[in-house]
Amino acid sequence: MTRRVGIVSFAQVTSPCERRRNEVELVIPVVQEAVAASGIPRAEIGFTCSGSCDYLYGGPFAFVSGLDAVGAWPPIRESHVEADAAWALYEAWLVIRSGEVDSALVYGFGKPSTTDAAEVLGLQADPYTVAPLWPSATDLAALAASAAIAAGVLDERDMAEAAAAARRAGLTNPHAVVGEDVTADELLARPVTHPPLRDADLAPVTDGSVAVVLAAEELARKVCDAPVWITGIAHRVDTPSLGARDLTDVPSARAAAVAAGVGDGPVEVAELAATHSHEVVLLRRALGLGPEVAVNPSGGALVANPVVSTGLIRIGEAAAGIRAGQARRAVAHAASGPALQQNLVCVLEGD
Amino acid sequence: MGAVRTAVIGVGQTKHTAARTDVTMPGLVREAALEALADAGLGFADIDAVVLGKAPDTFEGVVMPELAFADALGAVGKPLLRVHTAGSVGGTTAIVGAKHVMAGVAERVLVVAFEKQSESNATWGLTIPMPFTPPLVAGAGGYFAPLIRAYIRRANAPAHIGHLVAVKDRLNALRNPKAHLHLPDITLEQVAESFLLWEPLRYLDTCPSSDGAMALVLASEDAARAAPGPVAWVHGTAMRSEPTMFAGRDQVNPQAGRDCAADVYRQAGIRDPRRDLDCAEVYVPFSWYEPMWLENLGFCEPGEGWKLTEAGVTAFDGEIPWNPSGGVLSSNPIGASGLIRFGEAAQQMRGRAGDYQVPVRVGKALGHAYGGGSQFFAMWVVGAEPPD
Repeated sequence: MTRRVGIVSFAQVTSPCERRRNEVELVIPVVQEAVAASGIPRAEIGFTCSGSCDYLYGGPFAFVSGLDAVGAWPPIRESHVEADAAWALYEAWLVIRSGEVDSALVYGFGKPSTTDAAEVLGLQADPYTVAPLWPSATDLAALAASAAIAAGVLDERDMAEAAAAARRAGLTNPHAVVGEDVTADELLARPVTHPPLRDADLAPVTDGSVAVVLAAEELARKVCDAPVWITGIAHRVDTPSLGARDLTDVPSARAAAVAAGVGDGPVEVAELAATHSHEVVLLRRALGLGPEVAVNPSGGALVANPVVSTGLIRIGEAAAGIRAGQARRAVAHAASGPALQQNLVCVLEGD
Repeated sequence: MGAVRTAVIGVGQTKHTAARTDVTMPGLVREAALEALADAGLGFADIDAVVLGKAPDTFEGVVMPELAFADALGAVGKPLLRVHTAGSVGGTTAIVGAKHVMAGVAERVLVVAFEKQSESNATWGLTIPMPFTPPLVAGAGGYFAPLIRAYIRRANAPAHIGHLVAVKDRLNALRNPKAHLHLPDITLEQVAESFLLWEPLRYLDTCPSSDGAMALVLASEDAARAAPGPVAWVHGTAMRSEPTMFAGRDQVNPQAGRDCAADVYRQAGIRDPRRDLDCAEVYVPFSWYEPMWLENLGFCEPGEGWKLTEAGVTAFDGEIPWNPSGGVLSSNPIGASGLIRFGEAAQQMRGRAGDYQVPVRVGKALGHAYGGGSQFFAMWVVGAEPPD
């Protein structure tokens, strides 16, 4: 079965600290907006798939309450991944490609402000040998940054350049929770807080949600003036053993990029789910993106990082860039696991 | 638009038990994976994608543990997808694995589900107090017991029906060396006298807490033709969900379960499940769920399920055996329990169910899983022959 699948709508909500709404109430507006914009009546959307993280929510079934937001009556075909919602999009893409349905609603949500997401995500590390040391996700990212600096792959200036570019882009992105007219030199003058990382090298705490509607080609053309086609999508995982991985490279991102066909044509825009500034540099290399590629015109995860929505937002932002005529071919990326252990790469194209 | 035809070409599972203190979680899933690969005559290098299912991460206290299992599952450098749909997750995991093949994205997919309940406490993992949210009343049994009481009143069922299921499934388990509970001397009196947990559920009406893992190798038709052993063909897959609570929701006989069954039967050409299936592996974690699901899955009219159970229709040598493997009542590694149902249905169609093999007459079997507040359903029908 090889059917083309297109993105027909996208919506997101972000906030540095959402005090009024719970998770369900964060999902409702993005689902309503994406479904309305899709031109497909809710009851006719064939499949629904979400991504969330129970530990972020602090309870066993974050996705169950999410169902209350999407309209699951009469009963719906529905599934859930415990991962960034970009992987929910991957599952939905499979289900559409299999021919079972013609359309799908994909969404993600989370409120990291209610916890310490870096501590929570540290529990992704090996439960017997690493997690008992209580490294945070930031500690593990800092380890990778140090390794990359020591290997001469990048330096603190490269990181500051990436962070400064993101913060400047954040000024014009209404969904960014950080925006600042700043230079790399100014950032380098600020204190190192998680050696070798500075605060600006870290993604900000962000609550948020995201929804995307997908449709098979025939339906997408019917409901949408300018569907954006998923022309390649692949994900790969690296070993969890930090000592066995080359932390100065991202082999799984490299492999996913090849499998998704990133190099098969020119790339104009790339949205990378780099939650630490050195990861922008590492991912640029791993995905084979040259200096001509506009990386993270939205500012990326360094200016808005609603955990488990961030990756799907990258896909939405890249698709929006194509719809706005800023690019014809774009790459979006999502990541999971300590120090970029797992990576998804998606190639998007307009007509 | 024909999806790629898909088959189960390998099945492996651990011996389910209360506490596997000899292996880690990655060790546990690897054990099942290696057995499934050996059954399929394959190695990890032959696998294109890995899908892992388990129940909530709060059970073992590891966030997205599949990431830590990447080496153990031979997944490094490959796609590794994690599914979580509550108790139905094992079934959903098989379906998501099958979708990789049906979509033409993978030739061979390794599907694994597990729970290591000895490294967890499921009841408290389910009962974390959430601000502004009504608590889930002390675990799954506390949630389902009122629904069972509602069923008993609605169907006017006699009190011993649950105990009949408790005994039947445990006697079936004696034929299954991988089952957790082996209770050769179990009697109706023993079940009735075991201590009361949640009215009307007694200790022996309830599933055990198990450590265990289940693995399947799913393959495209081309790859299945090259398999060394018999295969089971996927004739239909279906998933349905509905919200947990709203006015007028029938939690005893949920619409999502009925819709899911209707969908999978339509795909598989099942008009009368009692006649058109050789057996069913159905998620029955508490004894009374057998008669309740008999009705929900259309094996009889509403109110009649307990009569089938009482008449022995679902017995090992009955008209339509339910849970010949011993079912969830005999082995419950929660996240794996749905995949065990799906895999055991496949084993029956492969003729590989050993001492609990049922006669293959029509050549189709049902695998079923449910979860959440009786709101998530996953089902498949597998067959001894490929679909038309």
